[in-house]
Amino acid sequence: MSLAARDITIGYDKKTISEHLDLDVPEGRFTAIIGPNACGKSTLLRALSRLLKPSAGTVLLDGRDIHGRPAKEVARRLGLLPQSSIAPDGITVAELVARGRFPHQKLIRQWSAADEAAVVAALAATGVTELSGELVDTLSGGQRQRVWVAMVLAQQTPIVLLDEPTTFLDIAHQIELLELCVRLNREQDTTMVAVLHDLNQAARYADHLVVMKAGAIVAQGDPRAVMTAELVADVFGLGCRIIDDPETHTPLVIPRSGVGLRVG
Amino acid sequence: MRFSVRPALVCAVLVLAALAVAVLALGTGEFTLTPTEVVRALAGEGTRAARLVVVEWRLPRVLLALLIGAALGLAGAVFQALTRNPLGSPDVIGFNTGAYTGVLVVTVFVGNGYYLVAAGALIGGLGTAMVVYLLAFKRGVQGFRLIIVGIAISAMLGSANQWFIIKVDLQAAFAAAIWGQGSLNGLGWAQVTPVAVIVGVLCVALIAYGPRLSLLEMGEDAAAALGVRVEATRLGYLVLGVALTAVATAAAGPISFVALAAPQLAQRLTRTPGIALVPSAAMGAFLLMLSDWLAQRVFAPTQLPVGIVTVSVGGIYFVWLLVRQARR
Repeated sequence: MSLAARDITIGYDKKTISEHLDLDVPEGRFTAIIGPNACGKSTLLRALSRLLKPSAGTVLLDGRDIHGRPAKEVARRLGLLPQSSIAPDGITVAELVARGRFPHQKLIRQWSAADEAAVVAALAATGVTELSGELVDTLSGGQRQRVWVAMVLAQQTPIVLLDEPTTFLDIAHQIELLELCVRLNREQDTTMVAVLHDLNQAARYADHLVVMKAGAIVAQGDPRAVMTAELVADVFGLGCRIIDDPETHTPLVIPRSGVGLRVG
Repeated sequence: MRFSVRPALVCAVLVLAALAVAVLALGTGEFTLTPTEVVRALAGEGTRAARLVVVEWRLPRVLLALLIGAALGLAGAVFQALTRNPLGSPDVIGFNTGAYTGVLVVTVFVGNGYYLVAAGALIGGLGTAMVVYLLAFKRGVQGFRLIIVGIAISAMLGSANQWFIIKVDLQAAFAAAIWGQGSLNGLGWAQVTPVAVIVGVLCVALIAYGPRLSLLEMGEDAAAALGVRVEATRLGYLVLGVALTAVATAAAGPISFVALAAPQLAQRLTRTPGIALVPSAAMGAFLLMLSDWLAQRVFAPTQLPVGIVTVSVGGIYFVWLLVRQARR
């Protein structure tokens, strides 16, 4: 169930984003990839999820080249929540989530009891069981994102990758989604990898951080060891203090301010 | 949860309606028969004259209307799902305009036989589709670029066709113009077998692809994440869609609007998520059967080319679609 990148060079057309990148995704952990805009975090995630083929090097899934394996077989091992997906007109929540079962289906045996059970479990885990008969078009942004996550869960893969899953969600839905990821990670031992923007959320919910800058991985490890004021200054160019999160005792990044706001 | 009754019911009703119109059409013409006489003739009973008229003369045309209608419905469904656009149809990639160019070239420089014309249509249509695909290709083919390039190439070929018609021998131009309206007139058993075999093979290929078309509708990344080889699958569907259009056009000339309207009407009736293939095929068969019957009936004894009827029906459909979208 391992996922790793070996000396990969990735980019689009002639523009190279990352060169000679190595990464071992820790099994059974929740890894967050962080870094400033355009540092290549989403590109790395696309490469790990075989949406982008490296121009050099290989991505290994269970020790074998991910591009050398049948697409459906890979989709039974590795699930992905992409940044943009389109819900077809007139599709209900249950129908959309059921599409996550495609990698498990064969031409002859289309829909099995296992499929049914996986969809029911995915709907329950994301708290959208009551919405199952609703049209996806009519849902709020937060509900819709949970439905897409449910579709990925219905795929029942030991590895789940999430590309900026909290974008477009309000703060309550962001926290809800991340806590859902942590629960899945702990209860079902799912290996999670998420690209996240919010440093505090990454430090709080992930147990492994991968920090990127200009296409390279500059630090990785336990958030408490990795998240330092020097690192934030170096990678993001932001002066800050790191304090203890009183709720979870994880690092909390407090940006320094140069304008000295008046109080009262 | 997976199986819903409504699409199956709608398909059954459409098939029955198409068959009912088919029975009416089999009784229509200079030698008029009642539906009962038609059914008796089909069952091998009734008078020899009735059997001759129904089975030998009229049945091939009716079968071709059903087959070609279904093929066009399927082709339209494939293109609309791939381009994620209700205006997507084989016309958008310039197939019919290119086929027309092929027919003009053949009738002018080679001659005017049914199979020559069909070959010209095939070469012209397939060549145009290939050029449009290659020009639209840039790191994979996106639906929108396909539509834009298709419109541009169609416009260019359209003016080339005009120039041809003005410049060439009047008789050749006239023959090509008749083909260009799309008609089932004069088709017989010789055409039924090849069309049925090819449409059958293409249907098997579509079935073998399973639900991949509806997964592609969710976006490239989502489809790829579920284990669809996006680029190869999309090319496969394009080839199937073009092949279905090619069979229809080679057999009967360019019949517009069935491919455009059938998937949309079918979706509204079945309320399936996205475009569904089987209801589109049933709707296409029904639409073309009905149009061809009207083409024979409305100005009887003068027979209209069915293409004229589908264009008129298509105009009404367009207005309806625009009004409906303006209200949203």
